[in-house]
Amino acid sequence: MLHIVNKSPLQCSSLESCLRLATKGSAVLLIEDAIYGATKGSRIEAVIQGAMAHVKVYALSADLQARGMANRVLDGVTVVDYGGFVDLVAEHSNCQSWL
Amino acid sequence: MSDEMDMEEGGVVKKFMFVNRKAPYGTIYALEGLEVVLISAAFEQDVSLAFVDDGVYELVKGQDTKELGQKNFSPTYRALEGYDIEKLYVEKESLDARGLTEDDLLVDVQVMTAAEMAAAMAEQDVVISF
Amino acid sequence: MKFGVLVSEGPYTHQASDTAYNFCKAAIEKGHEIFRVFFYHDGVNNSTRLTEPPRDDRHIVNRWSELAKAHNIDLVVCIAAAQRRGIMDENEAKRQGKDAHNIAEGFRISGLGQLVEAGIQCDRLVTFGD
Repeated sequence: MLHIVNKSPLQCSSLESCLRLATKGSAVLLIEDAIYGATKGSRIEAVIQGAMAHVKVYALSADLQARGMANRVLDGVTVVDYGGFVDLVAEHSNCQSWL
Repeated sequence: MSDEMDMEEGGVVKKFMFVNRKAPYGTIYALEGLEVVLISAAFEQDVSLAFVDDGVYELVKGQDTKELGQKNFSPTYRALEGYDIEKLYVEKESLDARGLTEDDLLVDVQVMTAAEMAAAMAEQDVVISF
Repeated sequence: MKFGVLVSEGPYTHQASDTAYNFCKAAIEKGHEIFRVFFYHDGVNNSTRLTEPPRDDRHIVNRWSELAKAHNIDLVVCIAAAQRRGIMDENEAKRQGKDAHNIAEGFRISGLGQLVEAGIQCDRLVTFGD
């Protein structure tokens, strides 16, 4: 499954719930304000690093760039553009948005 | 209405899960989410509802909205059975975090651990989140 | 692939409509089909003809109309959500005795069944909300 998260994890628990309910091998795509979860130095960095042992984490380039965070992406997070977003949706048999 | 009349989708039956993660009344998502669920009954798909995080509050007994002045739509969850929508999954971790038990809920549900809920979500064809 | 898209928030206040639009454009560029974009909850506000955003910023409503026209995309606005929020086409306005209608070009008002149908007919249904 592709899990799409859009809210900042420092503000909202949707990423936390997503990670609790994503099966091993799932993909988690961070878009909009959720991209802050993919950046270095936040208090949840360890949570994301831990999650990456079980799920593949992606972040949307347009949202990183818009927020000035493109050069602070955590190692292990794959940055994708909208084309990559589309590919992720196509490649996974189902998807779920965590609002 | 003619859109709804053509419900013969070539016999395709997909697993639809409607995910409810928001409390009632503070926002409209719970109410309008339920409206989608009711419509889905007409399409004879394999429908389930998942209640996670504050979504579990939607099912709490004893909702009284008289003073609030909003419509109390909680009885609709009890009516779902009449539409053959019987798979209501509630996450145990979400109940526990809110000091709730199955006895606090107004309708029969299947309480699942996070792992069981995750597995149920993973096998859906279509997941609609409100 | 055939994609269905659900937009659950209105223009400007949330990024959902922008992200959905950019997703649709990218999908089309990759040769996929956008079968339907369904607007629900405050998402119906993406279909009002009356917005006048600042000239130096994107025109979200018009962008949807133009994309739909260029690529034959079905933009559907949920009737129940539209009625709650004051989005009307000419027929609805007459039916309800209103003195105006405001739906933008390329959008049509219909029932929630169109969302369920999109889930059945499409290979993927993606929700953009908040």
